[in-house]
Amino acid sequence: MKDFIIPTDRDMGTPASRSAQMVTLTVDGFEVTVPEGTSVMRASAEAGISVPKLCATDSLEAFGSCRLCVVEIEGRRGTPASCTTPVAAGMVVHTQNAKLKKLRRGVMELYISDHPLDCLTCSANGDCELQDMAGAVGLRDVRYEAVETHFEVRKGGEANPAYIPKDDSNPYFTYDPAKCIVCSRCVRACEEVQGTFALTIEGSGFDSRVSAGMVGDDFLSSDCVSCGACVQACPTATLQEKSVIEIGTPERSVITTCAYCGVGCSFKAEMRGDEVVRMVPWKHGKANRGHSCVKGRFAYGYASHSDRILKPMIRERIEDPWQEVSWDEAMRFAADRMRGLQEAYGRRSVGVITSSRCTNEETFLVQKLTRAVFGNNNTDTCARVCHSPTGYGLGQTFGTSAGTQDFDSVEATDVVIVIGANPTDGHPVFASRLKKRLRAGAKLIVIDPRRTDLVKSSHIAAAHHLALRPGTNVAVVSALAHVIVTEGLMDEAFIRTRCDWEEFSEYAEFIADPRHSPEATEALTGVAAEELRGAARLFATGGNGAIYYGLGVTEHSQGSTTVIAIANLAMLTGNLGRNGVGVNPLRGQNNVQGACDMGSFPHELPGYRHVKNPDVRAIFEELWGAKIDPEPGLRIPNMLDAAVDGTFKGLYCQGEDILQSDPDTKHVAAGLAAMECVIVHDLFLNETANYAHVFLPGSTFLEKDGTFTNAERRINRVRKVMAPRNGYADWEVTQMLANAMGAEWHYTHPSQIMAEIAATTPSFSRVTYELLEEHGSIQWPCNDSAPEGTPLMHVDGFVRGKGRFIVTEYVATDEKTGPRFPLLLTTGRILSQYNVGAQTRRTENVVWHDQDVLEIHPHDAEVRGVKDGDFVRLASRSGETALRATVTDRVSPGVVYTTFHHPDTQANVITTDFSDWATNCPEYKVTAVQVSPSNGPSDWQEDYAAQAALARRILPAAE
Amino acid sequence: MPTALADTERAQLEEILAQHTGVEGPLLPILHDVQAAFGHIPQSVVPVIAAHLNIGRAEVHGVVSFYHDFREAPAGRHVVRICRAEACQAMGANGLADAVLARLGVEWHGTTANGAVTIEPVYCLGLCACGPAAMVDGKVLGRVDEARMAAVLAEVGA
Repeated sequence: MKDFIIPTDRDMGTPASRSAQMVTLTVDGFEVTVPEGTSVMRASAEAGISVPKLCATDSLEAFGSCRLCVVEIEGRRGTPASCTTPVAAGMVVHTQNAKLKKLRRGVMELYISDHPLDCLTCSANGDCELQDMAGAVGLRDVRYEAVETHFEVRKGGEANPAYIPKDDSNPYFTYDPAKCIVCSRCVRACEEVQGTFALTIEGSGFDSRVSAGMVGDDFLSSDCVSCGACVQACPTATLQEKSVIEIGTPERSVITTCAYCGVGCSFKAEMRGDEVVRMVPWKHGKANRGHSCVKGRFAYGYASHSDRILKPMIRERIEDPWQEVSWDEAMRFAADRMRGLQEAYGRRSVGVITSSRCTNEETFLVQKLTRAVFGNNNTDTCARVCHSPTGYGLGQTFGTSAGTQDFDSVEATDVVIVIGANPTDGHPVFASRLKKRLRAGAKLIVIDPRRTDLVKSSHIAAAHHLALRPGTNVAVVSALAHVIVTEGLMDEAFIRTRCDWEEFSEYAEFIADPRHSPEATEALTGVAAEELRGAARLFATGGNGAIYYGLGVTEHSQGSTTVIAIANLAMLTGNLGRNGVGVNPLRGQNNVQGACDMGSFPHELPGYRHVKNPDVRAIFEELWGAKIDPEPGLRIPNMLDAAVDGTFKGLYCQGEDILQSDPDTKHVAAGLAAMECVIVHDLFLNETANYAHVFLPGSTFLEKDGTFTNAERRINRVRKVMAPRNGYADWEVTQMLANAMGAEWHYTHPSQIMAEIAATTPSFSRVTYELLEEHGSIQWPCNDSAPEGTPLMHVDGFVRGKGRFIVTEYVATDEKTGPRFPLLLTTGRILSQYNVGAQTRRTENVVWHDQDVLEIHPHDAEVRGVKDGDFVRLASRSGETALRATVTDRVSPGVVYTTFHHPDTQANVITTDFSDWATNCPEYKVTAVQVSPSNGPSDWQEDYAAQAALARRILPAAE
Repeated sequence: MPTALADTERAQLEEILAQHTGVEGPLLPILHDVQAAFGHIPQSVVPVIAAHLNIGRAEVHGVVSFYHDFREAPAGRHVVRICRAEACQAMGANGLADAVLARLGVEWHGTTANGAVTIEPVYCLGLCACGPAAMVDGKVLGRVDEARMAAVLAEVGA
C-alpha cells in the first residue's frame, strides 16, 4: 500500500535486521552502514535509493519472486534480487544501469501483459505500486497481447468463460482476481503477520490465483478473521477496502489510537475532508507494530451510525418519552436535580461512574467532578468489574497496579502461560505477536476451561492445556507453585536478592504442604496431575517465562488471590525485571488502565494514592480549591445497593452501560429505577439509558483530543480527526455540567488537563503533550527518575522494595452446582464483537456474530435433548434467558459458555452477585446453571424488550 | 462445501494419517497415499488432513491444486499420457495428440464415456531421443505413431 502523507512511513522493502554487528557497503557510489543481515534492498533504501520492487514490503520477509529488484554487485555473477541478498562488508552495488533497466522493463512488460489497462477507473488509481513501478522502470509499450484472460468479462464480443468475478463476501474488502499479480504478499501477510494461514496460492503457472480457504470457500467462509493485513500488503487493487472503492483515495492522515481493546493499537486515520476513508495500522505504533484486527481496522462505522444521539435530552420520569432540549437546558436540569438531591438526601447521595472508553483527561475530570464539586468520593469505573483484582494483587506483591512489560517483550519469551484469557478473540493483535513467537519455537501453557484457539490452531499448539473446572484457578496456580517449590525448581538467587526471604520461607512452607499438590487437587480442578507437573517443570526450566492473563483470572470470588498466586509464580521462577518475562494483565477496554490510573476508584486519588492520606488530599485540595472527603466512597455494587435502600439518588454515568455489563441485571435495573436522577453520557441510547432522566450525547474517539493508556502502561495520543458530531468532546460536556453546578473550570484543551495530572501525580510528572509528540508514546512511570518512561518495570528492584510472597489459600466459591443447577456457566467474548457490543453491533461485524450462543458439550446436550442450533433456556438462581445452542467439544462436559455482546440475550441476567473478596469484582466466570430446551425468548426477555422500547421513545423537538 | 466422508473412507484416511505420524514433511506422502487409495483427492479429505497436520485448509488446497498429478475426480481404468514437450512436438506429437483426442471424443484430462481411458498431456518423459513419447498406466512408450497408439487404445478398451 502506498503511503501518501508521512515520509517516515516509507516502505524499506524488507524488515530491519536486529544484529548489533555493522557492515559498510557502497550503493551507487554512496557509502552506507547497516546492521549485518540487512538486505541490499533495505541498505539501498537507507542510502535514500529506492530499488523498484513488487513482491517485497518491509512487514514481510523477503520472497524474491517478482525479479524487479535486481541489482548488479561487483565481483558477483548475474543480477541477484536485492531483497533476498544480504549485505556484505565492502560490497559495491549498482542499482541502475543499462542492463538492469532492460531487465526490469522486460519483467514489467510481462506483468502488464496479463493485467487490465483500466488505471483511470481502477479503485487503486493513485494508490497502486504496480502503476508506480511501471512508471519507475519507464514501461512505454507492451508487445504481448493477452489472448486467454481471466480478467475480461467479455472477449471478442462474447462472454469470456475464463473470467473470474470479484469476491465481495467480506463486508469490508473485496478480492478482485483481475488485478492480481500473484506476488503472494497477501498470503505471506496472513501467515507471517496475522498467523491465521487462511490464504494460499492455488494452481500453478498462469493459473495461479490467490485463494481463501479451499474449493468452495470464499473470503467469508474461509478461516479469514478479517484483520486486514492482506489488504494492507496488497500492492494493487486486488484486495481493496470497500470504503476506498466507494470514496476514493485519502488526502491526509492523522495518527491516533484505537478505541477498542487494551492493546491500544496506533492507527493512521486516512481522511478525505471529514470523512474517514480507512483506518490503517501505523507501522511505528509501539503496541501493534503495524498490525490490526477486524475491530480497529474496519469497525468504525458506529461513529456515523443513525442510532447516534446528537442532541441532549431530558425527561421528568423514566416512564416519559425523551424530550430534546438545548445543551443549556439539559445542564440546568441536570445540575438542579443533582444539587436538589444533595440538599434533600445529603452530600454523599450522588456519584459518578467514569468510562474506560474515554480519555485519561475525561476520566480525570469526571472523578474531579465528584471529588471537587459533589464533595464525595463516590466514583467507580468498569475496572471494578474486570481488572480491579489486578490492581489490588499486583499492588500488594510488586507495588504497582499494572503489567510489568511492554508488548515487544513477547518477542524474547521462551515459555508463556496464558491463563484465563482468549487473546485471539479479546486481544487479537497481541495474539498475532504471541503466535509469531510460538511459531519461532517458544512453548505455550494454556490454563482455561475452554479449548481456545491458542490451544491448537494452524502451526501452533500448546505444550500443555490445563482445562480446569471454572472457579479453581487458585488451586491450579498454587499446585504449579507447589511442584516448583517441592521439586526445588525455584530461582533461589532471585528470591534471595529481590524478595523478603522470611516471607518466602513462610510461603514455601505453606505451599509445600501436600494438600496443594497436583495429586491432591486433581479431583477438585479436573486437571491431571502429571499434566500439571509437566507444565510446572516447563515453566520453571524453559528459559524466559512470561505470564499473560485476562478476566478469567480476575472475575472470580478469588480473583485477587489468583493475581497474587500469579505474582508468586513469577517471583518464584525469577521471571521479572527483564525482557521476555513478567506478569502481564491483558486489559479489557482501551483505557481501563488509564481509568484506574486517573483515580476512578472510590478509595484512591489519581496515581493509586489512598484518600485517607492527608498529604495526598492536600495536593489536590490546594490545586482545586475544594475540600476532599477523607472517607472512601461507594463502589458500583454499593451504589446500587444504596439506591435500592433509598440513600443513593443520583448518578452521572459516562460511556459505560452498567445495565448490560454488570452482573445480576435485575438488581442493577432495580437500583437504577430507584434513583431520581440518572445522567447517561454516551453515544447511543444504551441499556442503562432506559433508566435515565438526562441523556448527554457523547463524542467518539475520532472527534476529540486526549490520551489512552493501554495494558503496557503506554500513554498513546488520541487525535481529533473530525469535529464532534454532537457539538462537544466529552471533556467539554463534563466541564459544562461541573460549571452548571458552580465549579469554575476553564479548560480549553485536554493538554491543560494532562498538565494538571502531571502536576498532581508522581508517576505522570514528566508527561506532556510535547513529550508524547516527540516520542509517539510514553509508558508510565514517567518522572524525574525515568524521564522517557518505563518500558520494563521492577528492573533493579520492586517498586515496593522487596517482592512480597503472600499465601494463597484456595477457598471454593459459594456458587456451587447442585441438582437444580448442575452445569457451570462461564462467559467471554468473541473476536468480532466488543464488550456490550454498543459499537460493534452497529457495524458490519454482525455478519460474524449476530447473536450470543451457548456452547455446550455434546454429552450435556444429548442428555437434555438439545441439538445444534436449538433454542434453549438458560437458568440460574438469579434469572433466566433463552438463546441458541452450539454443540461443541471446545467446552468440557459440565461447562457451558456464552458471550455478553447482545442486550436481547443479556447473559448477565444469569450471573450472580458473588464477587471478589478484596475488590468486589463480580464472579462472571462461574455461575451454576441449568439448560433445557425452549421454544423462544423467556418472559423476562419479552418484558425487557417492551420496557426498552417504551423507554427509548423520543418526542419531536418543540417548535 | 465438500460432502462428508463415508465411515469406511474416514477409517481409511485415518489409517493413512496414522502411518505418517512423525514423518517430516508428511503432506505430499499423505496425498500420494490418499490418491492411491481413493483414486483422486476428494475435497472432503482436505479439512481432515489440515486438522491432523495442524495447518490451514488453504495450505492443503494450495499443495493439492499445484500438482496436476493430484486428481479432482477418479481417472478412467487406464491413463494414457502423451508428451507435448518440444522434442516430441518436433517429431509430430501434436498431430498424434489431435488424432487420439478425436478418436476418443474427449478433451485433455477427459475420460471416455465407457470409463476405460483418461487422456492427459505430459511435459517431457525424458524420452526425447525417441519421440513422440507416451505413457500408458505408468509404462513409457517411444516412437509412438497413430497406428501404434490405436493398437494400445484398442487393447485398453477405448
